[in-house]
Amino acid sequence: MIRLSNVQKTYPARRGSPAHKALHGIDLDIAAGEIVGVIGRSGAGKSTLIRCINLLEVPTAGSVIVDGTDVTQLVKRDLPLFRRQLGMVFQHFNLLSSRTVYDNIALPLELAGASKAEIAAAVDPLLPLVGLEDKRDRYPAELSGGQKQRVGIARALSSNPKVVLCDEVTSALDPETTRQILSLLRDINKRLGLTMVVITHEMAVVKQLCDRVAVMDGGVIVEEGKVDAIFANPTHATTQSLLADEFLDYPARPNAAANANTGQEA
Amino acid sequence: MFATLAPILLQATLETFSMVISALVLGTTFGLPIGVVLATSGRGELFEAPLFQKIIGPIVNATRSVPFIILAVAIIPFTRLVAGTSIGTAAAIVPLTVAAIPFIARIIEGAIREVDGGLVEAAQAMGARPFQVVTKVLLPEALPGIIHGLTLTAVTLIGYSAMVGAVGAGGLGDLGIRYGYQRFRPDVMAAVVITLIVVVQMVQSLGDWLARKADKRNI
Ligand SMILES: Nc1ncnc2c1ncn2[C@@H]1O[C@H](COP(=O)(O)OP(=O)(O)OP(=O)(O)O)[C@@H](O)[C@H]1O
Ligand SMILES: [Mg+2]
Repeated sequence: MIRLSNVQKTYPARRGSPAHKALHGIDLDIAAGEIVGVIGRSGAGKSTLIRCINLLEVPTAGSVIVDGTDVTQLVKRDLPLFRRQLGMVFQHFNLLSSRTVYDNIALPLELAGASKAEIAAAVDPLLPLVGLEDKRDRYPAELSGGQKQRVGIARALSSNPKVVLCDEVTSALDPETTRQILSLLRDINKRLGLTMVVITHEMAVVKQLCDRVAVMDGGVIVEEGKVDAIFANPTHATTQSLLADEFLDYPARPNAAANANTGQEA
Repeated sequence: MFATLAPILLQATLETFSMVISALVLGTTFGLPIGVVLATSGRGELFEAPLFQKIIGPIVNATRSVPFIILAVAIIPFTRLVAGTSIGTAAAIVPLTVAAIPFIARIIEGAIREVDGGLVEAAQAMGARPFQVVTKVLLPEALPGIIHGLTLTAVTLIGYSAMVGAVGAGGLGDLGIRYGYQRFRPDVMAAVVITLIVVVQMVQSLGDWLARKADKRNI
């Protein structure tokens, strides 16, 4: 479904900061219907990677093949059409404050020029799917974080995409809400057969949601495989330390906690 | 006394309204696209055109830095060209509009720049074309700020319209100068000042109310 070959990204130098190579040649294959996690520390290049899939960032080298097309070859004019085949969910939800829940979910369809009836046909069944029937005409300001993210997920699904990209979608949520959102995503994946790419810095997210995982560090994938296998036998130091973070909550390992903390995201 | 004053006061108020509303509408018509371009033409932005921004920015600033009364006099030839005359309420709309355009452009620019960049990115990820990002995301999200800014513009224009009154444009300023000052009628002067205060107060309240209605960020 998605094939990244030698994807590289260098952010050009700006006033005050030198050019920065965020991706050093990424190879990643994602099969249709699969949920692939990409995990790594802050600055590892995870967001850059996922943004290269829908061309929010244009790779400096390499190819991104989505559903048989090398999308890096698309001209600017054709990008919107391509992007409508992908849904994206964001850490900070990015909902329009001026639109109700219904109208936020309808936006991708509106952009594609769908009629009122087509929009209703697509949005109405999504509301119960994400558990927001009773919030249809509410504004984002009236919702909790978890509810906002449900709107974000429904919005990503409304144009009936083949692929959903998730960038740290639970990082702004508490543990219980995180669990609910993850099981919602899992459920949607099963029901709709969607392909999902999930960016996270928490192993717990990978454990609960993903089939496969790629561990990133310094702009490269250092380890990749089935989730169970990686958990059972982490070979790379980055993977091991990310796994150790999972025990941060337990006071039994104060040393590990202190060590891991120094590398933590601010 | 009041009976004779009331009709001319009403007439002058209506003239002021017609000048201000016309300038506001025309100023928004031209100022809105300029503001959108100013807010979106920077490097890496939606309609990347840094050169255009470098040219239009200083022009906007230059127009804004000329004191209004000087601007009104300086563009009299242009006013004659557009309105056919340089005297009267219709003619006054020309300098008021010219002053309003850059003012409104900066207000629109500011309001759009307040919109969270994440929303633009989300819209692009959904497949929005650049023009759709403006119409579906930037302008609706900036609307409360734009209404606030236009209210500010309206109040400023009421003040300016009193100045063009001094060069024979009619309206409340004209009434105040000709009757209140030149014919020494303190009662007229007082009535004009009170009317201006009331009008500005009303405009501000209306603007605040509209902005609150448009703002869904704190419900
Ligand atoms: N627009 C940009 N311009 C320049 N450098 C950038 C830009 N975006 C990201 N970078 C740099 O590229 C590197 C990777 O950033 P990226 O956002 O992909 O990391 P990340 O793994 O998503 O981190 P986080 O977990 O904090 O979100 C970082 O060093 C960052 O500073
Ligand atoms: Mg990131």
